[in-house]
Amino acid sequence: MRILVGAMTDLVSNAVKPYPAARIALARDPAGRVTVAIGGAWQLDADPPDLDRIDAELFTEPGPTSIVFDASDLVAWDSGLVSYLASVAWRCRERGIAVQEEGLPEGIQALLRLASTVPERRAEGRDEHADPFLRRFGQDFIDLMRSTGEILAFIGEVTLALRSMIAGRARFRRSELWLLVEEVGADALPIISLISFLVGLILGYIGDQQLAQFGARIFVADLVGLSIVIQMGALITAIVLAGRTGAAFAAQLGTMQVNEEIDALRTLGISPVEFLVLPRLIALVAMTPLLAIYANLMGILGGSFAGIVVGGLSPTEYFTQTVAAIRWHHITQGLISATVFGAIVAVSGCLRGMQSGRSAAAVGEATTSAVVTSIVFIVIASAGLTIVFDAIGLS
Amino acid sequence: MSPDGPTKPPSAAPLSEPISEQADPHILLDAVSVGYGETVIQRDLSFGVRRGDVFVIMGGSGSGKSTLMRSLIGLLAPQAGRILFDGESFWDALQHERTRRMRRNGVMYQSGALWSSMTLEENVALPLEQYTNLRRSQIHEVAVYKLALVGLSAYCDYYPSEISGGMRKRVGVARAMALDPDILFFDEPSAGLDPLSARLLDDLILELRESLGATMVVVTHDLASIFAIADDSVFLDAATQTMLTTGNPRDLREHCEIKLVRDFLSRGGE
Repeated sequence: MRILVGAMTDLVSNAVKPYPAARIALARDPAGRVTVAIGGAWQLDADPPDLDRIDAELFTEPGPTSIVFDASDLVAWDSGLVSYLASVAWRCRERGIAVQEEGLPEGIQALLRLASTVPERRAEGRDEHADPFLRRFGQDFIDLMRSTGEILAFIGEVTLALRSMIAGRARFRRSELWLLVEEVGADALPIISLISFLVGLILGYIGDQQLAQFGARIFVADLVGLSIVIQMGALITAIVLAGRTGAAFAAQLGTMQVNEEIDALRTLGISPVEFLVLPRLIALVAMTPLLAIYANLMGILGGSFAGIVVGGLSPTEYFTQTVAAIRWHHITQGLISATVFGAIVAVSGCLRGMQSGRSAAAVGEATTSAVVTSIVFIVIASAGLTIVFDAIGLS
Repeated sequence: MSPDGPTKPPSAAPLSEPISEQADPHILLDAVSVGYGETVIQRDLSFGVRRGDVFVIMGGSGSGKSTLMRSLIGLLAPQAGRILFDGESFWDALQHERTRRMRRNGVMYQSGALWSSMTLEENVALPLEQYTNLRRSQIHEVAVYKLALVGLSAYCDYYPSEISGGMRKRVGVARAMALDPDILFFDEPSAGLDPLSARLLDDLILELRESLGATMVVVTHDLASIFAIADDSVFLDAATQTMLTTGNPRDLREHCEIKLVRDFLSRGGE
């Protein structure tokens, strides 16, 4: 057994026995010719000697007249050595020092020749230097203005498409609209159920704990009912749809952009906004209020669970109190908000999808951007609508 | 012009026949420049495409062939110059007139660009649904017939993701032909295809030209295709950013004064 282990250890140590490390030695003769002796194994996964030593030699006054190579101790090489030598050759050429490659293996000489004969790219005006702050600030501002302009132009296009639809001239497939309605509406029910129920439950639980201190536990039904119906139901629905549907719209349209499918529509004279954006907008605007009503019911159910199980209220008590607290104008507020949020999610998702670049990374960016844009505008719209409802006396 | 290269100013590039003397050119380009934003990719392009010809736009990679095609098919406004179809300037026309013109063009995209959420039959049927008053059953018949022309009528209910790249291109051709266009544009039809499939597509282009009499504009750098199908061509050069010459590719290979064009058409003088 011991012999076997010993033999295996030898075997393993032989198998992984490292090559000698890559090394260079520099020597200068009186005529100013520097000989670079290359030894050991030069491989990409090994540490090459520092180029500083070459630099130091090249900078030593008086500078060398030429560089020759001696590769007699070279054990193995790959691109690690060739790229190193290409850097050396480039440094020498910059300083006008002749490089004589004859001492290198044939293969390396050929690769170095190949690397030096590749024509330079045409100047593309790529500036490696970081721009000063003011320039970047200015550029960011110009980009912001351009992006705002694009959003407004897109909303304008969508408005024109809506006008065409009302006039019965919009070109889109009715069958696709029904598929979208199902995808946007019915398919979202499980996730909306879960989140609304849990949000209602949390509201109910926290509300019950606070109201119990005043002996006003019954008012947890008012708290949950009103907050869900007026705001939370619509908000939950909109945020779920932004992540679920808005992102999907951006990814679908972005991929269509990559595959030239949108170009194919344009060259047929079919407006992509009418054909692709309009059905998505209609589906979301129609389904979001319905989903919000459903979210309201599920939220109230969640709240009642907390009120009944934790707060000890009877189901009849809880629901009678809820029905008494909620007025029609509360429901109207929630539904108007949901409709606006639905439009925001649809327009943001489609806008980012249509603006997507023609690569996989660009589609990813479009998807992220669709969700961020949707949520930002939902929050802004939510604040705006609260003010409007207050101003028109709906709240 | 120097026999060694394209040194003559672009505006003096020779045409196989002066545009004004071409009988009834189907497409005419008059000093067209194309590019993106402020970047010019090709400038001073002036040539005509005869009715019923297979016209090839050729040139090296990055020479702007596809960009020029985007301008011809109405996706990218040229930076300068005019593009005329049947003597009418396309980009100067009103939007609805442009749309009407575009409907008379068929485009086959490099990757097919089939609408992925629709079956092959639905892809071919969509233009018919949108622009004709045919009944559903008639649309079905026409779509199946167009797919039969490209040998794919057995795949009507397949989705684009379920068929090969070559088949997708053929469906792209069927869809481009849906509305019986006057002009068919092909973007790199043989790119990514094996030699036999590429040959089949070339044959298809020629057969369609014979039977439909449509003008075909093909963007390609595939020499076998160029010699197999082209009646006339234009050569775009990336370095000088303009056209170097026009003419039948076989004639150009033998007799063109410009070495670059001869080299291109003979794979560097093989």
